[in-house]
Amino acid sequence: MTDPYVVEFTVEGEDFLAAGEASNNIKETLKMLGVPSSICRRAAVITYEAEMNLVIHARGGTLRAEITHERIELTARDEGPGIADVNLAMREGYSTAPDHVRELGFGAGMGLPNIKRNADTLHINSVVGKGTELRAVIHFDGEDSSGGGKRRAML
Amino acid sequence: MNLKTVAELLGADVLCISGCLEEVEVDHAYAADLMSDVLAFACPGSLLLTGLTNVQIIRTAQMLDIPAVVFVRGKRPQEEVVKLAGQVGMSLLVSTKSMYETCGLLYKTGVFPCDIPERGGESS
Repeated sequence: MTDPYVVEFTVEGEDFLAAGEASNNIKETLKMLGVPSSICRRAAVITYEAEMNLVIHARGGTLRAEITHERIELTARDEGPGIADVNLAMREGYSTAPDHVRELGFGAGMGLPNIKRNADTLHINSVVGKGTELRAVIHFDGEDSSGGGKRRAML
Repeated sequence: MNLKTVAELLGADVLCISGCLEEVEVDHAYAADLMSDVLAFACPGSLLLTGLTNVQIIRTAQMLDIPAVVFVRGKRPQEEVVKLAGQVGMSLLVSTKSMYETCGLLYKTGVFPCDIPERGGESS
């Protein structure tokens, strides 16, 4: 396969009923492509945490997955308020989520650390007042943190 | 332990069945009300115990291939939650016992906890 397989979904802000649908669609796509289940779960945690951030903080955005033989690249883009201090946001326990979100079980300040833990590389570009782009990559030949060995998707 | 045994052990109501309860085996369980904790620490395929009943519980469990959720303290989810669980093939149980007692009963019967990795000064 030469061209990457790409799926992209729009995520609505504050829609807590639909939140998670895009991530599940991406997970199902990865399964359909023969990606090992341990890597599907890593990708699912990344996209789901990113999707919840779009819903909670960013008034929505887009969630995109680009899959090749070598890697999965997951991108969340929004035109929300941006992150003032990315290093602070990466710290476990730091959160700016409002109470109604905490009542749903989110906003514990674990989202970005969870994304980082499951990604081989993570880049966050954020401009206050303009928006945020989060790009996480999982390599198929990387060390699988879920206990597997070298893996390759059957594309 | 299969889900039918779990339901009997806890005296739990079964709200939603995916396939046959006897055929779903759970060796591990994770209990939390923080969904990011679940995403960080619950092992794939484990049983999730929680006091929250919103739709995000199902979504979170779905990401980790969790086959069943036990709602504790007798809290019952709304119809939309049960409906989503049915759509994604997840079983839902309601235990009238506290989170502590529910966990204790399962632990005593040999359901393992999920391993929490070493986290001292973790930065990656």
